[in-house]
Amino acid sequence: MLMKRVIVCLDVRNGQVTKGVKFQGNVDLGDPVDYARRYYQQGADELVFYDITASAEGRTLFVEVVRRVAAAIFIPFAVGGGIRSVDHMRAVLTAGAEKVSLNSPAVREPDLLTAGARAFGCQCVVLGLDAKRVPASAAIPSGYEVVIEGGRTPTGKDAVAWAKEAEARGAGEICLNAIDTDGVRQGYELTITRMIADAVRIPVIASGGGGKPEHLTAAVTTGGADAALVASMVHYGDYTVAAIKAEMAAAGVPVRL
Amino acid sequence: MIGVVDYGLGNLHSVLKALAHHGAAAELVATPAAVAGCSRLILPGVGAFADGMRGLRERGLDEALVAFAASGRPLAGICLGAQLLATTGEEFGTHVGLGIIPGRVVRIPAEAVKVPHVGWNRLVAPVGRSWSGTPLVGTVAGTWAYFVHSYHVVPDDPQDVLAVTSHGPHTITAAVGRGAITGFQFHPEKSGQAGLAMLRLFLGESL
Repeated sequence: MLMKRVIVCLDVRNGQVTKGVKFQGNVDLGDPVDYARRYYQQGADELVFYDITASAEGRTLFVEVVRRVAAAIFIPFAVGGGIRSVDHMRAVLTAGAEKVSLNSPAVREPDLLTAGARAFGCQCVVLGLDAKRVPASAAIPSGYEVVIEGGRTPTGKDAVAWAKEAEARGAGEICLNAIDTDGVRQGYELTITRMIADAVRIPVIASGGGGKPEHLTAAVTTGGADAALVASMVHYGDYTVAAIKAEMAAAGVPVRL
Repeated sequence: MIGVVDYGLGNLHSVLKALAHHGAAAELVATPAAVAGCSRLILPGVGAFADGMRGLRERGLDEALVAFAASGRPLAGICLGAQLLATTGEEFGTHVGLGIIPGRVVRIPAEAVKVPHVGWNRLVAPVGRSWSGTPLVGTVAGTWAYFVHSYHVVPDDPQDVLAVTSHGPHTITAAVGRGAITGFQFHPEKSGQAGLAMLRLFLGESL
């Protein structure tokens, strides 16, 4: 039986781990390799690094971060943020990442998912989907709209429909980030998580809102997710990954201990 | 010399880093002569079966690998590399493989489960199969390994199945083995300390 995964998310800006709240304001936390090693030793199942750097120098720095992380940990990790071409995907995969996460560029240019899947296999292509609660309408029947550019720009796309389309185009996993609950640590958005988990046949990672171990348990049971992403709750030392997984196991969730 | 086969596909970096972690000086090998000069060989790879075979053939590495395996030197395939050891692959049409471990590469049945099979799952030996003398010898049954795949190897001879894992109601081949040949369907280089131990044993070191 596949274990439910606990994935630690690290935002990287100019080569440093950083954490923001609701996409507003960021605090630099330290060297990504130190964080990677710490979470590897704590039993994280996977890591994901998002490059939130705006500058070209920062991007070059990020590939170097990927290379250094790959030498330090022996679990899979994904990278995302600003990846807009197959060549860029190749650069980070060659540097040692297992997967690339495509978010806004996949919305603007959906063929990117297909091109990535053809070049590297579906398993390498994660769709990053930011969803925001809106009144249900004919165009957005699920009541969750896809938003891009860190939540600033609505797209008019229905989150569930986009998840299905991305699967058909070659995405191998979906990382669903609920904008409304991101960074506030009050629990994942279980409604949209469940809707998407039921709508696609590829694994779904719940993201946005993890604050306590029971939130992760809810995401992978009630929410139907295959994995849950954590950031703040481990970065600030409130919990270790091991402690989270121990509580999930005690609640009957199959996790790797 | 320990060689890691470079045939234009795959996460070579991760394998090299995992070997370097053991202080093993592995080199990328991309020619038949370089393959022939190795004492141990790792065939990594991610991607589609046909692309993998094309990459090997274009470099004349297919025959070199068959000859290497026949010489009795240790050879390990990882993920797609494990699948290429089989006779045929059924991903996007039927394609001829290396035929080093007779068998077929077939899609994981989709009933009641998600495919690709992505994540951590437990390794178990098939009934009557011993891990003695294989890179899994130090592995405790039930140990977790990291998988990412949609196809798996079904060897003609069930004795060539070294380890299995359960995905919903399905039993999936997790590793194949025959003599000095091992095919890891999971990624030992991404399976934490347990995976690193398997690589160390493959390198002929003790735990």
